[in-house]
Amino acid sequence: MSVWEYANPKRFMQVSRRVLPLVVGLTVVSLVTGLVWGFFFTPDDFRQGSTVKIIFLHVPTAMMAINAWVMMLVASLIWLIRRHHVSALAAKAAAPVGLTFTLIALLTGAFWGQPMWGTWWAWDPRLTAFLILALFYLGYIALWQAVEDPDTAADLTAVLCMVGSVFAVLSRYAVKFWNQGLHQDSTILKVGEKDPIDVAYYVPLVVCIVGFVLLFVALVLMRTRTEIRARRLSALLARERLA
Amino acid sequence: MIPDLGRYAVAVLSSYGATLALVAAVIALTLWQGRRVKRQLAEVEARQGKAKTDG
Repeated sequence: MSVWEYANPKRFMQVSRRVLPLVVGLTVVSLVTGLVWGFFFTPDDFRQGSTVKIIFLHVPTAMMAINAWVMMLVASLIWLIRRHHVSALAAKAAAPVGLTFTLIALLTGAFWGQPMWGTWWAWDPRLTAFLILALFYLGYIALWQAVEDPDTAADLTAVLCMVGSVFAVLSRYAVKFWNQGLHQDSTILKVGEKDPIDVAYYVPLVVCIVGFVLLFVALVLMRTRTEIRARRLSALLARERLA
Repeated sequence: MIPDLGRYAVAVLSSYGATLALVAAVIALTLWQGRRVKRQLAEVEARQGKAKTDG
């Protein structure tokens, strides 16, 4: 069986209907477990105090803000190369979810930055790249709304997605590229190295990351199903008008 | 019930509050749009005598 079978809207609807309850169930279990564990059962950090509990929100949502854009890029490329409508609609469906995660990452970063850095915001390379990524999300959503023909909208948004990918990469690697600013480099991949994240935070953080990944998958599946229905609805209404 | 968050309580609780509010908003929007489009499609399919899009 080829993976391209799922690009058939009917097949996608059948498979997603079966998969969704499982994904939703796993999302609830992992998110509740991770967040309750992180908020109630982790100790204060010796330097950051209780603000360390923000890590369970900030890191997973920041990761997913970037990964959502990468998923949109892959789906957009599939649309441009193979013209599968489901992939274009999946990219469209992912954008509001990615924007939500980006806003959460920016807000929690500000709430964390104020007591730790002494400022809500700084024009630091990573923060600035992330803000631009949020603006790209807004532009992407607006472009889908602005263009009436869905195939043209899919083409234009796919190109915008490719341009925005530069900022998705920059927001991930800005700290390494410029090696300056207030934002630290990632520590979650440093387990076993010097100055890693403590295991008391690492395990619930991984559970939260799994939870936010599953939340993204569940919401994108639901939203893609809605987009497929909306597309069929507009096709049927157009046929009705012509009759 | 709530752990002692000390002098950073506002920052931590604001983070959790904002996150829960935004996640709840995107879930509610997704469900609302999904139900609205599903209902409209069912009406048009019934009117035109078409088979349902999905099971």
